[in-house]
Amino acid sequence: MGSGHTHKLYRHGTSPVHGMPPHCKIAAVFGFVLVVVSTPREAFWAFGAYALLLAGVAAAARIPPGFLLKRLLVEVPFVAFALLMPFVAEGPRTEVLGVQLSVSGLWGAWNILAKGTLGVAASVLLASTTELRALLLGLQRLRMPPLLVQIASFMIRYGDVIADEMRRMRIARASRGFEARGIRHWGVLGKTAGALFIRSYERGERVHLAMVSRGYTGTMPDLHTVSATRAQWAHAAALPAAALAVCLIGWTL
Amino acid sequence: MHVPDGFIDTPVSVAAGAVAAGAVAASLRGARRELDDRTAPLAGLVAAFVFAVQMLNFPVAAGTSGHLLGGALAAILVGPWTGVLCISVVLLMQAVLFADGGLTALGVNITLMGVVGVTVAYAVFRGLVRLLPRARGSVTAASFLAAFVSVPAAAVAFTGIYALGGTADVSLGKVLTAMVGVHTLIGVGEGVITALTVGAVIAVRPDLVYGARGLTQPLRLSAAAAAAPARPGGNGNPGAPGTTGASGTTGTTGITGAAGTPGTGARSSKETNA
Repeated sequence: MGSGHTHKLYRHGTSPVHGMPPHCKIAAVFGFVLVVVSTPREAFWAFGAYALLLAGVAAAARIPPGFLLKRLLVEVPFVAFALLMPFVAEGPRTEVLGVQLSVSGLWGAWNILAKGTLGVAASVLLASTTELRALLLGLQRLRMPPLLVQIASFMIRYGDVIADEMRRMRIARASRGFEARGIRHWGVLGKTAGALFIRSYERGERVHLAMVSRGYTGTMPDLHTVSATRAQWAHAAALPAAALAVCLIGWTL
Repeated sequence: MHVPDGFIDTPVSVAAGAVAAGAVAASLRGARRELDDRTAPLAGLVAAFVFAVQMLNFPVAAGTSGHLLGGALAAILVGPWTGVLCISVVLLMQAVLFADGGLTALGVNITLMGVVGVTVAYAVFRGLVRLLPRARGSVTAASFLAAFVSVPAAAVAFTGIYALGGTADVSLGKVLTAMVGVHTLIGVGEGVITALTVGAVIAVRPDLVYGARGLTQPLRLSAAAAAAPARPGGNGNPGAPGTTGASGTTGTTGITGAAGTPGTGARSSKETNA
């Protein structure tokens, strides 16, 4: 517990971005991504402007570029898919470095790469500047049904517990000389998954009983109400507002 | 399988978001019927399980490996409403925390993997369980087919959404062939893993498998059942009172026999009940 009760996705800091109320940040990121997706793909410069805006937020949050770039790797499968597109798409062809490529496929690949990368970068910035618990409180403030928030918070709280349980099962298998090499070994892994389900479900039952014995009636007490001032909303709105301006210029040009 | 931002245009993404929100609201109500005030902890823990089991790698061959998507598994184990809810929460958390699947594509992802995947899987599963004979083997077979069908079904639904609002200029036929082809292969793996997992749970805690409710033998309160071979072949127990009466006497003889000479007593009680 040396690192405290924070998740590895979160990067602790005291910047203005960290201090912003979570629901403002979620709304801002969501608005930003929506604007990015609505931008016409022909406006190359607009996507550069979006990237600059995100870089500005990252700088304000004091998130090092290396950290951000490493987390962007989650996108790699789509990059592979997008790179395939110019080869399979229809329409007139053009020659790039001696290879026949579809023009609309190139546009499509660019579209997905640009918008997907910006979306991932915005989400990564949100997750690395907001604590998990705050993120859930923010979602609750944005009128997500309380039951859904509770389910999500249980998932977050016990996700690492269950993952650790699975890790211990893997160590137990390995220490008995088991090594999964192919389809023949799926039976053992299936039994692992089954045992993991039973343990998770039984843990859920125990958690429920523990909660009932502490007076749980179906709703959680509201302990941390987060609220935002008008100024904080205005701060958070800076990102999507700037993006919207860029988007509108992109449409009119 | 997570659709990123920018793949589907804004109007269709928003519409899919509305569909997903409606489905999640309906399954919140349904899950409360299935689990009442246990909903939050149990659905939360099952969501954590789905999240963890997606990290369990199943090696295929030559260094490649696959993992479970879990929609069909969740539907069979905890019921369709809770299943949709768990998968939706997992997708929401993956999008917000891990940037896996775009935020604007969240509605699309929930509609495809949560709603279509889980619903198709559960419909196929229930249909097959009703048709096949009441046995443990048919639950496993139904799990395989349900999980196998659900993956290409989600791929077909993806092609539908792509037809409405796809941003890439690839012909529908090509998208359909590629998606269904690839996902049929994935579906085979998903089916095998789901069937193995459901089989493992049913062997230990058949009461926890939502889809197999009503298939377990009702418990019989009789000493005969305790001494008889582990799995009685009879279906139902119309003659339960009769057996109880008979076993009462054999039970006592067994005990008296055991008190005298333990070894033979136990053997004789088994013989009388066989």
